[in-house]
Amino acid sequence: MKELLIILMSAILVNNYVLNKFLGICPFLGVSKKSDQAVGMGLSVIFVMLVATAATWPIYTYLLAPNGLAYLQTIVFILVIAALVQFVEIFLKKFIPALHKSLGVYLPLITTNCAVLGVTINNITDEYTFIESMVSSLGCGLGFLLAMWLFAGVRSRLEESDAPECFKGIPITLVAASIVSVAFMGFGGIIDKLFA
Amino acid sequence: MTDVIITAALVVAGIGLACSLLLVLASHFMGVKVNPVEGEVRDCLPGANCGACGYSGCDAYAKALAENSDIPANLCRPGGEETTKAICEILGVEAEAAEPVTAFVHCGGDCNKQVYKEIYQGLNSCAAAKMLYGGKGACLYGCLGCGDCATVCDNDAICIVDGVAKVDPRKCAGCGLCVAKCPNHLISIVPKKEKAVITCSNHEKGAVVRKECKNGCIGCMKCQKNCPAEAITVVNALASIDYDKCIGCGKCVEDCPVGCLEMLKA
Repeated sequence: MKELLIILMSAILVNNYVLNKFLGICPFLGVSKKSDQAVGMGLSVIFVMLVATAATWPIYTYLLAPNGLAYLQTIVFILVIAALVQFVEIFLKKFIPALHKSLGVYLPLITTNCAVLGVTINNITDEYTFIESMVSSLGCGLGFLLAMWLFAGVRSRLEESDAPECFKGIPITLVAASIVSVAFMGFGGIIDKLFA
Repeated sequence: MTDVIITAALVVAGIGLACSLLLVLASHFMGVKVNPVEGEVRDCLPGANCGACGYSGCDAYAKALAENSDIPANLCRPGGEETTKAICEILGVEAEAAEPVTAFVHCGGDCNKQVYKEIYQGLNSCAAAKMLYGGKGACLYGCLGCGDCATVCDNDAICIVDGVAKVDPRKCAGCGLCVAKCPNHLISIVPKKEKAVITCSNHEKGAVVRKECKNGCIGCMKCQKNCPAEAITVVNALASIDYDKCIGCGKCVEDCPVGCLEMLKA
């Protein structure tokens, strides 16, 4: 239990996918203008990461690894995740149209997002068990949500601030993102102390 | 060596096949039927989701058009004539193209003409500026100049020039998002034709207006008396123009003593 908690907390704070590993920067910059959109995107990412891990971990462990095909993981994972997200979209459209309407815009965006692919591959490289992989994906998704939500707040302040002309728009956003990222570096080492 | 290649190819092909089967079955059994006409109509619409047609967005308007052919096909403002034509072709109905329109800001009190009563340094938003004694200008009716209208515009048609919002009719799609946004209700939708427009919204009497802004309408009624088409009426010390009657002769623009009438540059 303690180990799972360590995996969860370190995925959220220390090894944050956006701010520490710099994966998923595209949606991080693209959809973080308003906090409600950022939260919607974050929730979709959590969902897709969980589904993707649940599908790719068994495929790797029971199909690829025993046959010596571990080198195929990237292409197979992309294939499986893309198909799965499409399937989930069809499923939601039919049975939960309200949820499809709120998440639907974001789902195709994250079909082959690098953060989703990164989580599934890192779960394999870290040699997690299935349960650990799921917890790690949940943590990464929550970390993504946290980063998106925090940064949406920062960006709404940026909109009002009087930045120099040449910095307006994306440049000042990138500068702010790096400062938020540096702030997250402060969490390094916190996990050992937290569960000591 | 060949074994390795064949196994790899088979595994990837197998997974691909399984995925495609899953999707085919899913779309077959769980797919939501969309009226093909609706899709075609939706492709014609510009996708601005501005709501000028009276529906919640382009999807909703396309759906309504596909289901009910009595709904006029010319409601899309941003799309204009081309969109109407395309929709009519798909639905097989006739509709006159909507008259092209543009938004217009009825205020010309720029920094050279308006008298300022305060220096505003707060949040850069008209709604916020208005809360502080009705804005920085002496005229309580005028443009606040913080650009709330420019932020909602999807077409970058509005910019602030000398402290007053200006609409570029060539870019404006006439969706009306800015009309709803302006806290002083300065913006209205006018025909995109060379007709006279008034650049003032101040209802105060002439003497008061003169102290507030050099551009203000003083309600002298000269335009009303001289208009050959009787298109101008002065209501509450402010000229208003009936665009159905205006012939665009430009006489009022020449006559106006304060210069608060101008010809729309369509």
